[in-house]
Amino acid sequence: MSGEQARLAKQPRASLGQRALGLLVRWEMVLFLLLIGVFVLNSNLSPVFLTQRNLLNATFSFMERAIMALPMMLIIISGEIDISVAGIIALSATAMGLASEAGASIPVMILVALATGLAAGLLNAFIVLRFRVPSIAVTIGSMSLFRGVSWAILGNQAISGYPRELAQLGQGTVGNTMIPMPLVMFACLALVFGIVLHRTGIGRTIFAIGNNATATQFSGIPVDRYKAVLFALNGLVAGFAAVLLTSRILSTRPNIAMAWELEVVTLVVLGGVAITGGKGSIIGVVLSIFVTGYLRFGLSLINVPSQVIGIITGLLLVGAIILPGVFEHYSNKLILGKQLKPLEPQRE
Amino acid sequence: MAEIVRLENLKKHFPGVRALDGVSMSVRAGEVHALIGENGAGKSTLVKLLTGVHTPDGGRILVDGSPVELKSPQDAHALGITAIHQEASVFPNLSVTENIFMGHLDSSGYGLLDWKTMRRRTEKLLGRFGVALSPDARVKDLSIAQRQQIEIVKALSLNARVIIMDEPTSTLSLREIRQLYDLVRRLKAEGTAIVFISHKFDEIFEITDVYTVLRDGKFAGSGAVKDATGETLVRMMAGSSVGGLFPDRTPNPGEVALQVEKISLAGAFEDVSFGVRRGEIVGFFGLIGSGRSEVMQSIFGVRTPDTGRVRINGEDLRLGSPRDAMNRGLVYVPEDRQLQGIILDMKIYENVTLPFLKRVTKLGFTRRRKEYEITEVFAKRLSLRASSYAQAVESLSGGNQQKVVLSKWLATDPSVLILDEPTRGIDVGTKAAVHQFIGELADRGFAIIVVSSELHEVIGMSDRVLVMREGRVAGEFRGTETSSDAVLSTAIGAASEHANAEVHDVV
Repeated sequence: MSGEQARLAKQPRASLGQRALGLLVRWEMVLFLLLIGVFVLNSNLSPVFLTQRNLLNATFSFMERAIMALPMMLIIISGEIDISVAGIIALSATAMGLASEAGASIPVMILVALATGLAAGLLNAFIVLRFRVPSIAVTIGSMSLFRGVSWAILGNQAISGYPRELAQLGQGTVGNTMIPMPLVMFACLALVFGIVLHRTGIGRTIFAIGNNATATQFSGIPVDRYKAVLFALNGLVAGFAAVLLTSRILSTRPNIAMAWELEVVTLVVLGGVAITGGKGSIIGVVLSIFVTGYLRFGLSLINVPSQVIGIITGLLLVGAIILPGVFEHYSNKLILGKQLKPLEPQRE
Repeated sequence: MAEIVRLENLKKHFPGVRALDGVSMSVRAGEVHALIGENGAGKSTLVKLLTGVHTPDGGRILVDGSPVELKSPQDAHALGITAIHQEASVFPNLSVTENIFMGHLDSSGYGLLDWKTMRRRTEKLLGRFGVALSPDARVKDLSIAQRQQIEIVKALSLNARVIIMDEPTSTLSLREIRQLYDLVRRLKAEGTAIVFISHKFDEIFEITDVYTVLRDGKFAGSGAVKDATGETLVRMMAGSSVGGLFPDRTPNPGEVALQVEKISLAGAFEDVSFGVRRGEIVGFFGLIGSGRSEVMQSIFGVRTPDTGRVRINGEDLRLGSPRDAMNRGLVYVPEDRQLQGIILDMKIYENVTLPFLKRVTKLGFTRRRKEYEITEVFAKRLSLRASSYAQAVESLSGGNQQKVVLSKWLATDPSVLILDEPTRGIDVGTKAAVHQFIGELADRGFAIIVVSSELHEVIGMSDRVLVMREGRVAGEFRGTETSSDAVLSTAIGAASEHANAEVHDVV
């Protein structure tokens, strides 16, 4: 048995070459190449694209969605989904606007937005977990609910007249540099989310839940509590995205962030997160955020109409769901060669 | 009577299990053939081979004397072999006629559906077999028994010659069972062959003509039902060779470690009480649906019992909290390994440390070295075979997967261990090793419950056997008084005189 154990401890599963190939042939690598492709394409189409200022400024337009993709990534990995994010943003922004009209200070306005988002997330969690309804159904409903409340309050009116200082959050840059504030916030959040997901027991548990919630529950883990926290977190971050968005555009209409839920889900799924849960990485999601963001920005720079951009986004979503799976199949074939069929069960 | 189907020396392997090993059987027209065996004896596998769901690894299937290859359920249908499943598979929102003709709709007139003819034919079929139903009734408004009748009539409309009924009475009331018997008799009179799977002796004696008994995937006996008694059948089902596979040990029970007092859960079990001492192995036996697993899951806390209390080493357990149970040293190794026991896509060490991640993390961060250390201790003790602890559990054999589950729970340092079907789907060699290991754990002072639907295992492993039937503890056996026949009879509720009397009373 000791010989057996020694073998167990030392023998790697694949040869070194195979492992190196395995590192290279990953979905993340495909995304990275896509990103380079987008850069090359855009700089050929538009001479102003590839400047430091332009690249940094471009991020303003998609950082709210980028930030939303982070908690969405955790939710989807855990095997659930939240379609109501854009609705939560609209509701939180509306609450923030009402606070502003009531003469609240900026910190109070921010707190109001965050609290509204958190409450909306908790409501989703409550319905999904208490009544055992699929989250996709619940959040499609609550999406209309949240935005509906926003419409009911605002009608066709817009709230503007936010204090100028608010703009610093969503429009400002860090110190004297050209680095946008939202980009820095996203970077910090992405780092935190990535570390939690890939390096902590919490992240491990989220993967476990997404792969097999029953077995996780049978391991003594309060699965529902984890899911509740994820929905709540998603709401809270949506509240924060509402603050950034409001700060950027300094007005609130009930139709803000329209259809963002699909864009956020696209970012996550294109990033290689399995829509069925249990699989994904922060690096993939971050790459897919920049691929999508710069693609859209580049297209608008050369005056591609927004309808066409919509078509491209739709194709991306469909492709995002199909491609990682297809890719994995062929990369396994490439790396493992003949071992594509399931490994022979080892007999005693 | 003419032979329709003949099975010769059929064999079927699944990874790690020999599901069927050289079984022969002859199915004749106008005969009801009882297929009998414990859970896991190979009945379902045999049915799946006969209906083309699986293909045999060895042996032949002959229909009307010539060998056939059944590669799909369609092949079997074409030869007139159909199975009626436990859970009827009907379309609830469609009518009786639509259900019966689904899959072979009559479109004689210019490609349009000829509902009139189909309705008339349905009426005729229903009348012929004495099924009192309107062809226009919506299936969702019908009882389970009526849905079953529709399935049978549908099979007949497809000219089925062999109908396999897999425990058809398990969800029926006594009156409905009578009606089913009537239908079966009519089919018989018309020359249809019926394979009737059951482990209720009363109905075997009531309705079947011949029997075949399977045990551990092997042929265990056959004959005419009129020459058989309940005793002979039980003996064939249970076999007599207990021993060899099981550790030889002298039980030395200490103080009570687990005390269960009058726990009940509506719809699952009622008023269950028992205790387990340190160093003792208590076996739980019962048929599927007897509530054994539900009791165990309620003790562990993944289900919450309605009433009752559970104490571990004298302290009350918070019901409905697996975490509390774990902290007090009680763990549950679940029956359905792939669904409840492990996470197939995750690595060995990730599976092992899942219940106690706090212990292997520092400030929340996972430490792989620590995880490896713990995994290694138990992997060595259980001789787990894997190429690396980072291997996905999915690629392990059933036996090694079970070792991962055992490692995971032993690593929580428990004192009370509930093992639900600890050797299901594991090959014989590993089975013996697992049994040996369970014996050692008991000798080291663990209090152990072994739940199993394998009679041998329960009797061979346990110092004491509790038998459950219909949600209640129906009997307790100790030491030498524990015979296979007595345990099985208690589980089935045999001494079939009594059961038969009940059926007759109602009708």
